[in-house]
Amino acid sequence: MGQEHIVIIGNGISGVTAARHIRKQSQKRITLISSESEHFFSRTALMYVYMGHMKWNHLKPYEDGFWKKNRIDIKQAHVSAVDHKNKELQLESGEAFPYDKLVIACGSKSNKFGWPGQDSKGVLGLYSKQDLESLEDHAPNKEVCKRAVIVGGGLIGIELAEMLATRNIPVTLLVRESHFWNNVLPSEEAKLIDRHIREHHIDLRLETNLEEIIADDTGRVKAIKIKETGEVLECNFVGLTPGVSPNIDFLKSSDIELNRGVLVNRKLETSVEDIYAIGDCAEQRQPIGNRPSIEAVWYTGRMMGETLAQTLCGNPREYKPGQWFNSAKFFDIEYQTYGWVFSQAKEGHTDFYWEHTDGKKCIHIQYEIESRIFKGINTFGIRLRHEVFDRWLTENATVDEVIKNLKSANFDPEFFKSYEKEIQNKFQHTLKTTSL
Amino acid sequence: MSVDINMSVTGNSPEALNVQQKLSSALGLLGIFIMTLSGFNIHFQPKIVWVSLSLIMVLAGIFWYSKVSYAHKTEGIKNDRIYFKSLTNRGFWAYILGLALTGFYIVLYFYPNWIGLSSEGENTGVVALFDPLSKAISGNAASQWFVYGTLYTLAIVGFGVKFLWKYRHNRYQRLRTFSVMFFQLGFAFLIPELMSRLNGDNFSLPYYNFINIWPLNHYNFEQYRVDQFVNAGTVGIGLLIFGVLSILIITPILTYKYGKRWYCSWVCGCGGLAETAGDPFRHLSDKSQSSWKLERWLVHTVLVFVVIMTTAVVYSYLNTDKYWLSGTAFLISVASLLTIVFTWTMVYKRQELQNDAKYAAIGFFVVILSLLGLHFSGLIDKIFLFEAETLRATYGFAIGAIFSGVVGVGFYPIFGNRVWCRFGCPMAAILGFQQRLFSKFRITTNGGQCISCGNCTTYCEMGIDVRAYAQKGENIVRSSCVGCGICASVCPRGVLKLENDTPAGRINSNEILLGNDVDLMDLVNQNK
Repeated sequence: MGQEHIVIIGNGISGVTAARHIRKQSQKRITLISSESEHFFSRTALMYVYMGHMKWNHLKPYEDGFWKKNRIDIKQAHVSAVDHKNKELQLESGEAFPYDKLVIACGSKSNKFGWPGQDSKGVLGLYSKQDLESLEDHAPNKEVCKRAVIVGGGLIGIELAEMLATRNIPVTLLVRESHFWNNVLPSEEAKLIDRHIREHHIDLRLETNLEEIIADDTGRVKAIKIKETGEVLECNFVGLTPGVSPNIDFLKSSDIELNRGVLVNRKLETSVEDIYAIGDCAEQRQPIGNRPSIEAVWYTGRMMGETLAQTLCGNPREYKPGQWFNSAKFFDIEYQTYGWVFSQAKEGHTDFYWEHTDGKKCIHIQYEIESRIFKGINTFGIRLRHEVFDRWLTENATVDEVIKNLKSANFDPEFFKSYEKEIQNKFQHTLKTTSL
Repeated sequence: MSVDINMSVTGNSPEALNVQQKLSSALGLLGIFIMTLSGFNIHFQPKIVWVSLSLIMVLAGIFWYSKVSYAHKTEGIKNDRIYFKSLTNRGFWAYILGLALTGFYIVLYFYPNWIGLSSEGENTGVVALFDPLSKAISGNAASQWFVYGTLYTLAIVGFGVKFLWKYRHNRYQRLRTFSVMFFQLGFAFLIPELMSRLNGDNFSLPYYNFINIWPLNHYNFEQYRVDQFVNAGTVGIGLLIFGVLSILIITPILTYKYGKRWYCSWVCGCGGLAETAGDPFRHLSDKSQSSWKLERWLVHTVLVFVVIMTTAVVYSYLNTDKYWLSGTAFLISVASLLTIVFTWTMVYKRQELQNDAKYAAIGFFVVILSLLGLHFSGLIDKIFLFEAETLRATYGFAIGAIFSGVVGVGFYPIFGNRVWCRFGCPMAAILGFQQRLFSKFRITTNGGQCISCGNCTTYCEMGIDVRAYAQKGENIVRSSCVGCGICASVCPRGVLKLENDTPAGRINSNEILLGNDVDLMDLVNQNK
C-alpha cells in the first residue's frame, strides 16, 4: 500500500508548517499546491523588496533544494473546486488532482467594500506576490505616481505608506477611526503613531472615509473623492488596506460548511471528513477566549500548522493557542504586545500608561482592579521578553509583580538606556494619586 | 521567472544620488585624485599642505555625504534602496570600485616603487607626499606601509562617522564603532609610529601593533623581530611575552566572557575596516549552505597552515642553539599544546562537532604529530616536508597579501565586507573555535516573535542564516559570528539579542515556538 497522500492548498506559513511537521513524523506523501509562488516566502516581508532592503530570494526561508530533500512535492496550480465525493481537486488547468487528506491553508484576500471604481487599474491591496509586482508597475517612482492614496489605517496600510515614502511618492492615508488603528490600540498609543506617521511626511487624514474612486477613460485611477468633505484628490495609485478576509470563493461550490471563513472545530476539522482548514482562512465555530474566530496572523497560522500536523500523524490535538502575542513595526517604532490590551479597558479593568518624553516609546498595561491581575501590555520602542510575559500571564501575576520585575523582561540590545526606574516611579505615583 | 529578475533589480529606476551627495562624493574623490596625481610625479609643494589638504578633503567629503544622507531622516534602520544602487548591488560602480581596490593592493604589495617608494635616496610620488606627515609622527620618512596605514585609518575614522550617523539610535552600534575607531587610530596607527621615535643606535623595537595578534599577525615571531625584542631589554622581552600571552591567555579569557566579538567587531583593524568602510556591502555575503561548508574547510586549513608555518620558522632559528629555548623543547611544547586542545575537544565536546569537523580535526592532528614524530626519529629532514623559509614566503604571499588584502578588501563590493574574516582569518578561526565550544556568548531569540522576514540573514556579513535559527526559536551559537549586532538591529520584531550568560543551556533547540500550549510544545520536542 502506498503512503497516504496529504494535499495542502496554499504554501504560506500555515501550510508549510503543517507540511514540515508531518514530514518530521511520518513518511506520508505531501503535496503543496500554490498558484502564487513556486516556493514558500515570508509574506510579512514583501514590503522590504519594494523598499530595496532585500531581493525576492531573501524572502524564502528555505533554500530551493529543501523541498526535494524533504520529499515535499511542489505543484504550481490554481485550485478551482474541491470534489470531496471523489476526493479530488479540480485545477484551473482542467486536471483532476486526487488526495487522501486535504488541508485548506489558502489564506486571505484584501477586503473591498463595494466602492465605486474599486476595480480600476492602479487600485490594489498588498497581500500577495502579484500585488507587489502590480505595485511595482503602478507606483515605481514619483514621476509615474505623483500621489498615492491609501484607504485603511491598519497594519498593511501603514506598511504601504512606509513603502511608498521610500520612493519619495507623496502619500495620503485615509483612516476611518479618530486615530491610527484606534479600534485596536488605546488612544495614547494611537496618537503616538499618528505623530510618527506625520513625522514621515505622510498626509494622514483621520475620521475620513472613501466615497469613490474615479478612473480616466482608459480605466486607470485618476482621483478619489472623500466622503466627509467631497474633496477630490488626484492620484495615480490607490491602496485598499481595510483588512483581509478568507480567500474561499473556490469552495462555494463544495459541501464544505462556510461562513466568512471555512468553519472548523477545535481539531481544525471542517464539516467534511478528511478535510481540514488552518491559518487565515479557518474560522473557529466558537471563538477561543478573547481571540476573534478568524485570526489572520502569522503566528497563529504557524501554531495551527503545528497542531494539525500532530493530528494527521496520529496524535489528535486540539488547537489550543497559548497566551496572545503579536508584534509589528510602524516606520521606525517597534511594537510588541503580550496578553490583551483593548482600546477601551474592559469593565473592572484599568490602565497604566507611561510615555517617554521623546514621544516615541511607551508601555500600556491593563489589569483587573479587584485582583490586580495583569492582563496585558503594549510596548512601543522597548523590546520585551516573550518568555517572561508568557509566564506572568499563565501564572496570573499581579500588575505589581510585573512592574517590580520589569527589568527581567527587558530584551533591548546591550547598553541601551533602560526606563524601568522611570516606569516604576510613575506607577507608584499613579497608585498614590488614585488611592487618595 | 522574468518577474523575479525585474523585481530583484527593481527595474528601471537605478538610484541616483542627489546634488549634495554628488558634490560631497566629488570632494572626497578630489582628495584621492590629488594623491594619485602626486603618484605621477606632479610636484605639489609644500607637501605638508597638499597631503593635509587631500586627507582633509577625503574626510570632509565623507562627513558631508553622511550628513546629507542621514541627518534629515528619522532615527532608525536606513537600508532603503540598497538593492537599487549600482554600488551596493553588484552593478557597474561596484565592479569599478572592486577593480580600483584590487589594483591598489597589488601595487601596494608588489610594486611599491610605482607609488614612489625608494630604498635608496629620497622617496618620490605618493610616498614622498606622505613624508612630512610621517616625519611629524615618527620622525622617519614614509614607506608604502605608512601611506597604507594612514589611508586605512582615514577610512575607518571617516566611514566610522558615517556609520555612527546611520545607527545613531543604537548605543551598541555606536559604542562598538567608537571602539574600532579608537583602536585603529591609537593602537594600530599612532602608538606604533610614536614608539619608533624611541628607537636609536642601541635600542630598537620592531614595529608593534598591540591589537594585531598572532596568527593574524603571522610574522610576529619571525627571527628578526624576536632578535629585536630580545635585544631591547626589559621592554622588548615584555612585548614578546605580551605577544605570546595575547593568544594563549588573554584572548581565551575575553572570548569566554564576551564571545569573539570583543576582538572581531570591537578591536581588530580588519574588522574595523569591514564594519565601517565595508558596511554598505555587508548584505553581499553568500548565505548558502555550500558557502558555509567552504568557509569551515578554508578557514581551518589556513589555521593549520599558519601553525605549521610558524612552528617551522621558529624551530629553524631556535635550532641554532643561540636562544635559551631549544628547538626540540619548542617542538615538544607545540605538540603537547595541540594534544591537550585536541584531547579536551574530543573528550568533552565531541557531541557538539559535526562529523566532518571531527574527521578534519583527527586528520590534521594525526598528520601534524606524525610529521613531528618522523622528524624526531630522523626519517625526514625538514619538519613539515618544506623549508621553513618556503612555508613562510608562501604564506606571506598567498594568505598575507593575496587573501587578506587583494581579495579580502578588493572584493568588498562583490562578495561583501567579511570575505577574509570569514574564509581566511586564522585568528577568527581560533576565536571562533573558542566561541563555539567555550564561551558565554550567544544570540538569543525572543520566544515566538519571529516572522521569518529574512532581514537578519540578509544583513549578516558573515553569511550566517540567522533566520534559520530564529524561526525555530533556537539560540545562535556559531563560530563565525563576530557579534556585530546588526541582525538584532535590523529585526523589525525585536527577536534577537546578543547576550553573555551562563554556558549551561546555551545551545538549545526548541522545535516548537512559544505561543502554543505547553503540552504541544513538550510533545513536539520529544518527537524530534
